[in-house]
Amino acid sequence: MTEMSKIDTKSLLADVTAFIWAEGAMLDAKEYDEWLDLWTADGLYIMPIGDTVDFKNSVNLCYDNAKMRKDRIGRFHQGFSISSAPPAQTVRTLSRFRIEGTEGDLVTVTCAEHVIEDKFGRQRVWAGNVAYTLKATEGGFRLHQKIIRLLNSDGMLNSFSYLF
Amino acid sequence: MSLDMPKFSDLDALYDEENALVGTAMYEDPDLFAEEMEKIFKNTWVWIAHESEFPDKGSFKLSNVGLEPVIVVRDRKGKIHCMVNRCRHRAATVCEVKKGKTSSFQCPYHGWGYGLDGSLRALPYPEQYGDDFDKAQHGLLKLRTESYNGMVFATFKEDIEPLEEFLGEAVCRYIDLFMKQGGGFPVKVLGEHQFTVPMNWKVQLENTTDAYHFPVVHKSFMQTLDGQTEEMFDFLDKGKGWVEDLGNGHSIMMMIPELEDLDANLDAPIPARFEELAQEIRDEGYPEDQVKKIVRAVGGAGFNLNLFPNVSFSLAFFRVLTPISVEQTDIRHIAIGMDGGPDAANQARIRLHEHFQGPMGFGSPDDAEVWERIQRGTKGGEDLKILVNRGMVDEVDGPTGPRGHISAETGMRAAYKMWKGLMAK
Repeated sequence: MTEMSKIDTKSLLADVTAFIWAEGAMLDAKEYDEWLDLWTADGLYIMPIGDTVDFKNSVNLCYDNAKMRKDRIGRFHQGFSISSAPPAQTVRTLSRFRIEGTEGDLVTVTCAEHVIEDKFGRQRVWAGNVAYTLKATEGGFRLHQKIIRLLNSDGMLNSFSYLF
Repeated sequence: MSLDMPKFSDLDALYDEENALVGTAMYEDPDLFAEEMEKIFKNTWVWIAHESEFPDKGSFKLSNVGLEPVIVVRDRKGKIHCMVNRCRHRAATVCEVKKGKTSSFQCPYHGWGYGLDGSLRALPYPEQYGDDFDKAQHGLLKLRTESYNGMVFATFKEDIEPLEEFLGEAVCRYIDLFMKQGGGFPVKVLGEHQFTVPMNWKVQLENTTDAYHFPVVHKSFMQTLDGQTEEMFDFLDKGKGWVEDLGNGHSIMMMIPELEDLDANLDAPIPARFEELAQEIRDEGYPEDQVKKIVRAVGGAGFNLNLFPNVSFSLAFFRVLTPISVEQTDIRHIAIGMDGGPDAANQARIRLHEHFQGPMGFGSPDDAEVWERIQRGTKGGEDLKILVNRGMVDEVDGPTGPRGHISAETGMRAAYKMWKGLMAK
């Protein structure tokens, strides 16, 4: 990782924050095809259970490579999934951004995420810690890894018809 | 309310066995729920754990028997104990760690200490209880505990029949067949998904023996499968499977009969879609006959075995229900794999589990949605009945009980018959 003192952290923080907020707005608006385009081909979208770091050998809430992401979005779109037709509506807030490090064209950012979902006239609140690995490209940042750890990932959850 | 005088004396209105009709109150009456927790969950064997979840001496996990929080633990000799998680002094829980290893349980309030077998070992300043204080009378409340093929059950009913008798020969045979998905290795719990659903527990009890919903609720899951797998899950159209009442509320839903016994036809070639996995397992150094056995086991067994009242052996995982209130039920989808088996095989099993199960799966959220819709729907039409009569038209006598079409509601009728028998006592 590059020493943080040697990069312009203020400008980088502003750039990654703008990207992550734009991604968050996309997910709330359910602009999923656009969201799929944000990813690198070998990127991973992971929601682990508990504090595991060995995602590959653990049961996760999701462990999505490109095919699983595409299938997941297809499921949301096609109208055959009763839980996503209609889905819950969401409003999310992302904050407490911190750049953890940079290496080559990759930057690792952590932040807090709060999501409120609304369906059947009831609202549920979810909180999680998110770790992003973003890849800098000529066309802007790409999602390379996104790990969302819900505070109660190893507790009793509900089912989700949207993305964190 | 005295238990000798059931409020629900008209059990026929709740379950009309002859016509297989269920009263709406079954899903939404809080008094009935309270009675069920006593008459059912305190009077039968209830699944509490798989042995691999607490493998060593001193290993424990928290569980539930109906509404009662319990601790399941192995003592220093490896013997399994189950006890209510409540200090005998002033009722505080003595353990709030979900799973772990310990040499004793200590109440955080006044420091009463209990051994792994639940016995009261020590308490601060015991002299204030007088000389005749008998520690032997103040151990944690114990439940009778027995296991079958790694599955651990407990009961509050001291004089109940042995577990194997409650399960019966047919159930034990199917449990043994189910455990063959260890692929020659012991079956091990790999992790679990947990979610709570606003539904009565019996909605869940019905679901694992309901093949009828599969192509409707899980259409979007089916669409993400490869052609061969999709064809395999098309068990309703092929219609070779069956549902059979196995007695005591248990039932079998045989969806894919060719996968009833995973050790049968092991000479058959490995299907193309598993070839990559087979190669990975070969690369880990396994001989060809073992590769075939492991690959066959990866996808799980071809059936759901439903045990009354709270556990199902469902294709490739365990599904456990815990009643919380009349309109809330917790669900656990427990992933299992091969203890000591190849990493590639266990990874494949985990990815298959994540694909369908849990809060973010391609299957469970749609199940949860329809279960909640049932609970919402029962707010209307109080006098209407819930139909579990599907498939009575051509049910035949199976080896252990009525056997119906794969989409028949035979398993639900088996469960409700047992329900009624326990509630009538």
